[in-house]
This record gives sequence, structure tokens and C-alpha cells, in this order.
Amino acid sequence: MCSSFIQVDVVIQTQTKYLDLIGSIGERIAKELDNFTGDRAALAYQLNLVLTEATVNAIKHGCDNAPQNCVRVTIHLQENELNIKVFDHGQGFDLETVPLPDFEHPGESGMGLFLIRSYMDSVTYTRQSDYNVLEIIKHLK
Amino acid sequence: MNLNLEKINGFSVLTIQDERIDAHNSGELKEYLLQMIEGGDKQIIVQLGHVRFIDSSGLGALLSGNKHIVAKSGRFALANIQKQVLSMFELTRLNRVFEIYADLNEAFSNEG
Repeated sequence: MCSSFIQVDVVIQTQTKYLDLIGSIGERIAKELDNFTGDRAALAYQLNLVLTEATVNAIKHGCDNAPQNCVRVTIHLQENELNIKVFDHGQGFDLETVPLPDFEHPGESGMGLFLIRSYMDSVTYTRQSDYNVLEIIKHLK
Repeated sequence: MNLNLEKINGFSVLTIQDERIDAHNSGELKEYLLQMIEGGDKQIIVQLGHVRFIDSSGLGALLSGNKHIVAKSGRFALANIQKQVLSMFELTRLNRVFEIYADLNEAFSNEG
């Protein structure tokens, strides 16, 4: 198998105690990349953060007392593209209506998606018939 | 959350012993800070030297402490922030909101 190919598929219960586990996977992946020439410590932090924020988002929006009370996270790395998908079973939300944080009067919440968008190249949220998926892409150099 | 509170030079110095602040433990930090402020602490320094990861909810917990103490004309400062954690304050521009010091001595010697 090519060393620049990684596929991770994790399913957790909608509990915040698993955030460390999910974030740590991103951090470890950053440390394992063979051909990455950028700031590896910064990338490790960013992947930890993005996975943490995306999973919190799915836990918050996806609970709904559904029988399938879980969050699925997939991480796919091929060549230089890192693709993260976080699936939830909640009502979903419209990504385009999420406002930027008010930097002059910062609130105690509402920065998660801003952070994800700041560090990653592409963020989309798609509603399917029985689940939603937050898809995050980063091109690694 | 593993916290250590000391009184030094008239300041309440809260050292966070955990390496990670996220949505799992940030509520506990926020509540602890509120209890300190309601209990009369007016000069709080939070030492973040052990913290190698903070998410948006952790920033929110510190912001809550800052807001409540400023409302009581008190002082809230952060010290010993690791490089990657500091970059979060910069990206969210919260470095303009908080008093941030390299270490405790710098925080003590600054009048705010």
C-alpha cells in the first residue's frame, strides 16, 4: 500500500468524552505524513481542532434521541488531499446562515465553524434523507 | 478538570493541570471561574502552561471569566500560553480582549 494513503472510519456515541480520541487521530495522522513540508506541529493542532469542533457540532445538532445516537467520522488521505466527513442524524442546519463571529464583541460560543473554515480549504454541509454530512477538505503541501 | 488555586502577591493564580480543554471539560472550568468571582476573587491569573490544546468552548469559558470579572471592575489575565494555543487567541482576535503575559512575574509587575 502506498504510504500516502490512509483511511479511518470511527463511530462513537454522542458523548463529549470521545472528543480527545477523535482529535488525537488527526494529530497522529499529521505526524505520520511522509511528504509534508509545512509546519507539522501546527498541522497536528489544526487537525485535532477541526475534528474536535466538527464532532462537537455533530453531537450538539445530531442527538435528537434517535435510535442511532452516534456520530460517524471518516478520514481519508490520498496523495495530498485530506478529506474528513462527519455524519450526524439530527435536524441539520444551513451552513450558509452561520454568521461570522463578532470580533469586536466576542461571544462565548459560535466560533467552531469559523475555526474549521479558517484552517481548511473547503467546508460543506449536506442533508441527505436520513443523515447529514459535514465534509471538510484540506490540500496538504 | 484538574485545577490548582494559589494566592500569590494578592492574585488568585489558577493553574490548569490538564493538557486539553475541550467541550468535555470546559463547562467545569467556566463554573469554577464563576464561583471564584462570586466568592470575591477580583484579580485572577490563569496559568495555561500545561495546556497544549484548547477548542472554541475552552476559549468561551475563559471569555466568560473575563467578562464577569471586568463587570466587577476586577482583573483577569492569562500566563504561560503555549505557542499553538496562543495561535488560537490570535486567529480569533481574543489576544486583543485578554491580558496575556509570558509568565507570572510579568503579570505581577504589570498594573493592567
